[in-house]
Amino acid sequence: MANIKTVSKKSKAQSMGMHTEVLTGRTQQKFFNPDEAENFYYFGTYDVDFNKRTELDVKDMTAPEANKEIDNLMSQGYGTIVIKNPQGKHSLGVGILNKLNLIFEGSLGYFGMGSCDGPIVRINGRVGWSCAENLMAGKVVIEKNAGSCFGAAIRGGDLICKGSVGARTGIDMKGGTIIIGGDAGAFTGFMMQRGRIIILGDVGINLGDSMYDGTIFVGGEIGSYGSDAVDSELTSNDQDWLKRKLKVAEIGENFDVSKMKKIVAGKKLWNYDNLEPTEKKGAI
Amino acid sequence: MCGIAGLIHRGKSSNVGSELQGMLQALKHRGEDSTGYALYGDTDGKNFIMRFKVGENVGEGSSSVMEDVSVYDERKKIVDQTLAEMGAKVVKEERTLPYSLRYEIDYDTKDLLDFSQRIESIPGVEILSMGKSLEVIKDLGNAKMVCDRYSLDKVVGTHAIGHARMATESGVDIKSAHPFWGYPFSDVSVVHNGQLTNYWNNRRVLENKGMRFMSECDSELIAVYIAEKMRHGATLQEGMKESLTGLDGVFTYFVATKDSLGMAKDTMAAKPLVLYESDDLVAMGSEEIAIRSVLPQEIDTYDPFDGEVKVWQI
Repeated sequence: MANIKTVSKKSKAQSMGMHTEVLTGRTQQKFFNPDEAENFYYFGTYDVDFNKRTELDVKDMTAPEANKEIDNLMSQGYGTIVIKNPQGKHSLGVGILNKLNLIFEGSLGYFGMGSCDGPIVRINGRVGWSCAENLMAGKVVIEKNAGSCFGAAIRGGDLICKGSVGARTGIDMKGGTIIIGGDAGAFTGFMMQRGRIIILGDVGINLGDSMYDGTIFVGGEIGSYGSDAVDSELTSNDQDWLKRKLKVAEIGENFDVSKMKKIVAGKKLWNYDNLEPTEKKGAI
Repeated sequence: MCGIAGLIHRGKSSNVGSELQGMLQALKHRGEDSTGYALYGDTDGKNFIMRFKVGENVGEGSSSVMEDVSVYDERKKIVDQTLAEMGAKVVKEERTLPYSLRYEIDYDTKDLLDFSQRIESIPGVEILSMGKSLEVIKDLGNAKMVCDRYSLDKVVGTHAIGHARMATESGVDIKSAHPFWGYPFSDVSVVHNGQLTNYWNNRRVLENKGMRFMSECDSELIAVYIAEKMRHGATLQEGMKESLTGLDGVFTYFVATKDSLGMAKDTMAAKPLVLYESDDLVAMGSEEIAIRSVLPQEIDTYDPFDGEVKVWQI
């Protein structure tokens, strides 16, 4: 990594791989200054020990009660929490701004793991609509299928579904990576502004409709392209990155990434280039 | 918002009244203005079962008015008289509520159009369902309230669909509640979650073709639309596939017949549906928690994709 103390603000960010574009014309971009790192502080976070493990049965709890208890366990230093009997409840695990190993033994309903920043989550079931919406950082792995709006508006982190997902996956996403082991529904990548989506299977109609930026990789058939979505050349760097990501995601180990299609935005809109908080944190 | 749920047992019967009650009650947060059941019970198949109302249960925004019970009695008498004139013999009669009745009728006909038109020509009378297995029960309140009011928890049958309604497009009353009977077809019912944007255009066209609408609820269009397609020889599945282009808007809906259950999802896929499918049971609902009320164990479920139509047989 370049010496971030000695280079200019603009080249600092570029040298750290946070963006590669050479911007011209009107822009609203502001670059992260590592010297201001101490100003980044999250309220309501705890020091947890990943080796300190506990189980929580939420069968007879409401979602707010379960979420409150997860917070309570983190405050006691538990770094690994196993949730028993989620039974399709909505809004479980939302708003966790902590490093945490969280394991759900079962399925979640709508808005599971929404607005999280940092946890590593494994869901041994399926998830309903809008799983991990607005994820800032961390990793969420779903072992079965997911509903629509999977990873809506995520800004960072890795969101992995080993099964198939519904419509509008990655809608409005602003960063991070979504990886789908199966198929994805219509309007995948709708209005995405940054980040990457990988789909090993087929994808429905209007892929990448009205996308501003970002990249979508598809291994199977594409129902149709949306407005502004165009094909792009799959480079060797792309293939290397795909292999690394799929390995981390524990899916598609033998998948031939060289045959994947790469879809990008056909237009360039510069005003979507401000660094996201997760990228600022990543540079600290 | 509204919630829909349905299930079909393949190769056996079960307590579908109780099961559907549990599924719809789990969805009550999606709307509890009214709740409706379309239950396909085990019968000997000899007589028609006619569920009908002779008055309204009037809620917020309804265009109907509350009436005196004596008015209901008068209407019932006219219905009885009309049935007798048509040669239809009432084998069994139940009056669950002053405005809600269930008749078992010995009547030999395959075309229910003339029959229905004559009954519904009586002011204030609406047939909620007609069939040899189907019974549509709908009223104001959540699933448990309606189930308790009509004693539905002991109904045994093969399949059922239901609806928990949050009234948005029309008032709160029974005529706007789901399910809708696929008039004039025996044993056809529909529930819907969504909004149809070409309702009036389609309604005008279908009314000109002789189809009847009883409410101002856009969802009724689906039942009439598919019934009209079937009237001209289309199968249930063909009619449902045509609806994906003929109907405009966002929708997920279920259609049930005497021996089948189908689902359709529009091409925008904007209305939710979670589906569980096994060799002996298909259960689906707007949310997973509906399915969990009949299958509490960990199961594999999925969201059907955009433009998907599926039909299952008992």
